[in-house]
Amino acid sequence: MPVFDTPTQVAYTNARLIDPATGLDTPGTLVTTGEVITAFGPDVTPPAGATVVDCGGNALIPGLVDMRAQLREPGEAHKESIKSAGKAAVSAGITTLVALPNTDPVIDDEAAIEFMARRARQIGLTKVYPYAAATKGTDGKELAEMGLLSLAGAVAFTDGTKPIAHAGLMRRALQYAATYDLLVMQHPEEPGLSGGVMNAGDLATRLGLSGIPREAEIVMLERDMRLVEMTGARYHAAHLSTSESVEIIRRAKAKGLRVTCDTAPPYFALNELEVSDYRTFAKLNPPLRSEEDRQAILAGLRDGVIDAIGSDHSPQDQDTKRVPFAVAAFGGIGLETLLPLVLELVHTGQLPLMQALKLITCGPADLLGLPAGRLAVGAAADLAVVDLEKPWKYDAKKSLSKSKNSPFDGRLLQGRVLRTVIDGRTVYQHDA
Amino acid sequence: MKNEAPNYSHRHLLGIEGLYPHEISYLLDLADSYVETNRRPLRKFDILKGRTQVNMFFEASTRTRASFELAGQRLGADVINMQSSGSSVTKGETLIDTAVTLNAMHIDALVVRHQDSGAVKLLADKVNCAVVNGGDGAHEHPTQALLDALTIRRRRGRLDGLLVAICGDVLHSRVARSNIHLLTTMGAVVRVIGPKPLIPGGISEMGVEVFHDMRKGLKDVDIVMMLRVQNERMQGNYIPSVREYFHFFGLDKEKLALAKPNALIMHPGPMNRGVEIDSDVADDVERSVIREQVEMGVAVRMAVLETLVRNTTGGKV
Repeated sequence: MPVFDTPTQVAYTNARLIDPATGLDTPGTLVTTGEVITAFGPDVTPPAGATVVDCGGNALIPGLVDMRAQLREPGEAHKESIKSAGKAAVSAGITTLVALPNTDPVIDDEAAIEFMARRARQIGLTKVYPYAAATKGTDGKELAEMGLLSLAGAVAFTDGTKPIAHAGLMRRALQYAATYDLLVMQHPEEPGLSGGVMNAGDLATRLGLSGIPREAEIVMLERDMRLVEMTGARYHAAHLSTSESVEIIRRAKAKGLRVTCDTAPPYFALNELEVSDYRTFAKLNPPLRSEEDRQAILAGLRDGVIDAIGSDHSPQDQDTKRVPFAVAAFGGIGLETLLPLVLELVHTGQLPLMQALKLITCGPADLLGLPAGRLAVGAAADLAVVDLEKPWKYDAKKSLSKSKNSPFDGRLLQGRVLRTVIDGRTVYQHDA
Repeated sequence: MKNEAPNYSHRHLLGIEGLYPHEISYLLDLADSYVETNRRPLRKFDILKGRTQVNMFFEASTRTRASFELAGQRLGADVINMQSSGSSVTKGETLIDTAVTLNAMHIDALVVRHQDSGAVKLLADKVNCAVVNGGDGAHEHPTQALLDALTIRRRRGRLDGLLVAICGDVLHSRVARSNIHLLTTMGAVVRVIGPKPLIPGGISEMGVEVFHDMRKGLKDVDIVMMLRVQNERMQGNYIPSVREYFHFFGLDKEKLALAKPNALIMHPGPMNRGVEIDSDVADDVERSVIREQVEMGVAVRMAVLETLVRNTTGGKV
């Protein structure tokens, strides 16, 4: 993949400028100088000496912010690395990515935070921000050093793919985080109710697989809302998968609690039928739910209860997926399909374009307090040029990710990233 | 009873809560008079001559017990120490049995420290003698608050209108609670500072302002009272680590600079240097009054013992 030198000034002409943060949608030109955006609008003309990039009438949008991905580095570099994930991400227009702390070792000290930042800088692709563990080793027993970790650059605190299960510890974690006004992100799954391998119900019964009831998520969210109310903390619920989950968050927001949530494409684009031939690539956590749940997640996206969509990128190698369903690993890759699956919502009339893009740009950036996800003079020139209409078929074998475990393999998609710019530098160009 | 001490007429000192300003002032004035005499080579009185004082400590203590022991001896009382282990027996029953035993011994003053909040009152309700609370659970430690107040008053000439910050593990601290009662009663403005897990719910109802950012909380205060943080609270259950606690809530020169330039530093002891307080600050002779607090402790306990014994014996001592 070619990486270009930073020109002093670049003018992106003949573009459809779209900024979901302000609702801007206009033909025009955007100019970057060095690493930042210096002008944009319908009447902007390319400055003398600027390199001109003709966008061919395609959309020029803020680079995407993916608030939930696992990079597997350090520790499991055969599945993914900061570099391979970075390549996959920029090919998909993702310029900012927030990594879960479930690595080996776990991201729970300042050295690990600094390692992530240093590696991402060296590689120079997608900007990587780390979550830090909420409990030491994500063991759910002792609080991690949230104060110092936040000073080192952790954007929020979570045990990642594990829930903070013990109610007393969750209370303390929320209290402690609230001391410094930090955000706690929960994987809402009550361990006492999980333990299965797919959504509980008639399909699981027919397949002879053990079920994870929807209540595993619902019970944990209900409990957490009480604890949030008690502590006044900021709380984010990850990857909602059930209709009740959406209702719980809706009620909490109406009550004025400082609560946000996200979902991931599988939960609005797929349902549990995907696993019916024991397809392990559709074995996800939370599991794919019923069609009614999928519809409720769509409604939650439409009416704004759900604040963001994250890829929930979870690379797994063949050894952990080409095995019987019951023993296969959970998770699917998701970086490359994030944007087209969100655009699918637009093409099928589920969401207006602006609202859809918000969920993967300024939506997650704002709730995490990241300086990203918007077109603004003085902001970092993190951009994506997108052909919003272009149809293509996703072939997971060709994924730039080291792992190929996508539940969306072979899906017909619409919308393709043509060019990705980070800090004014083109880091990806689609060779059509 | 007309011969009772004019301004503190109770038989016991179980807590600061509920005391009137004049009662507190009376005890502080009397204690103040003992400070000078305690500095003389001959400092023994016979005010409590022939009286018996029992120090009953159900919880380990070095300085408080020694302080009460000295106070009683300097007033001429016979002082004995009873060390009890609170673990082996059902506490409620034991305390009642203990009270019966003490009554049979005809003692005059009883100093009790107990790990359970309310235990001292339970005992006080059953015995005939005067009872001083030497610290009960996370409830009250009234003589500590009095000695802190005396230290401040001697340095600043008043309590009224001062801005006092109490920092650290307020949740588990009887010292904090007694000080809050005393200082707010006497017209001082009190702030409590600590990470949320160590600040108990509803504390603002006690008339204090709560801060979770020490830099904001210390702004312009006259007095900085540090509280001890037990190591077992620093293992990740309340606080992630000592290192993190010190960074955000340890008193060092930099944070102290936000307080008034002449702000006093206090600590009830024993100190965890490098945990809640930096040695630089603790040993700063210009600002730290930590040694003085210990000195005031003996004087305050003399005043309390004298007053209570006087009250229980109808003025004749």
